[in-house]
Amino acid sequence: MDSQAYASATDTLPAEHGHPPFLRHHFESVSQQREAANFGMWVFLLTEVMFFGGMFCAYLIFRNWYHPAFVAGSNTLDITLGTTNTAVLIASSFTMAMSVYAAEIRRRGMLMFFLACTIVLGFVFLGIKGVEYHQKFVDHHVPGPSFSIEEFVHPSNPKALALTPDMAEKTQLYFSLYFLMTGMHALHMIIGISLLFFLLWRAYQGAYTEGHVMPIENFGLYWHFVDIIWIFLFPLLYLISRYR
Amino acid sequence: MDLHNETVEHNRAEHAGEMHIVRPPVYLGIFFALLVLTALTTGMSYVDLGVFNAVIALAIACFKASLVVLFFMHIHYSSRLLKMTVGAGLFTFMLLISLTMTDYISRAWGRF
Repeated sequence: MDSQAYASATDTLPAEHGHPPFLRHHFESVSQQREAANFGMWVFLLTEVMFFGGMFCAYLIFRNWYHPAFVAGSNTLDITLGTTNTAVLIASSFTMAMSVYAAEIRRRGMLMFFLACTIVLGFVFLGIKGVEYHQKFVDHHVPGPSFSIEEFVHPSNPKALALTPDMAEKTQLYFSLYFLMTGMHALHMIIGISLLFFLLWRAYQGAYTEGHVMPIENFGLYWHFVDIIWIFLFPLLYLISRYR
Repeated sequence: MDLHNETVEHNRAEHAGEMHIVRPPVYLGIFFALLVLTALTTGMSYVDLGVFNAVIALAIACFKASLVVLFFMHIHYSSRLLKMTVGAGLFTFMLLISLTMTDYISRAWGRF
């Protein structure tokens, strides 16, 4: 079994060394290297599922314990901004998927265009998130010494249910989980955008349009994973208590 | 030796499948499906369905996540190893959630 024979039979870039420069020597072929890298990326993403899963679990339990407080807290969020941000993030996932396609068909300009689109949409998402966070500070709905239960004990909306002061205090738990979960999600976005700048720079140098698609593909997996987390955060935090 | 050759051939075939290039129309279709589902889940949240508000919102979220995993993340086109990896991870996650919930439901559910 000559492993080099497979490498040059499967892959189209015979450099003077007998295989493409990005193929590591411990792999038989580019596709095997890509599969191994994909597998490793998925294992990492599963650890991320567990990390966010713990927070989702805490949300589920506290929501059922302090249901009225969670409903009241959820109703203070801006559903229009939340829906817009969901659409923005889905669009950024689409442009990221198109980046993978551009790398696969080896179009450098197209790859750079879609990576840049993904960066812009990522910043739009963070910007809208910033507006929402700012509103929470203005309303004194950030857990801590400045937190005010006034809005929940004496709601300005006459249709809203007034909470007892004891239960109104529990809205701090809702907002703690809100800031924890959206904050962790935003941190993942910031890390993702930083990596995107690096990928854009390397794409400009032509690193990913000569058959070496793997870094773009694996980053795409990370970006889509962050999108999936938001797909669950959006209904849990914004939607499911809306009609009470 | 023959058996080994067959295995290698099989692996190569599987790897060739893994290199499948997903075309833009597929990505576009999934993109619009996700946008429609987002509009649907937002709209449904204004209709009072009692406990089913949460059920429907989470069902739509699971469906959207499946679309992303299968098509944007290429699992639909991937090798069995990757399909098994994702399945095993989600199974383990559900197991952990169920065990935690079993504990909480049987002890202090609804008490403050």
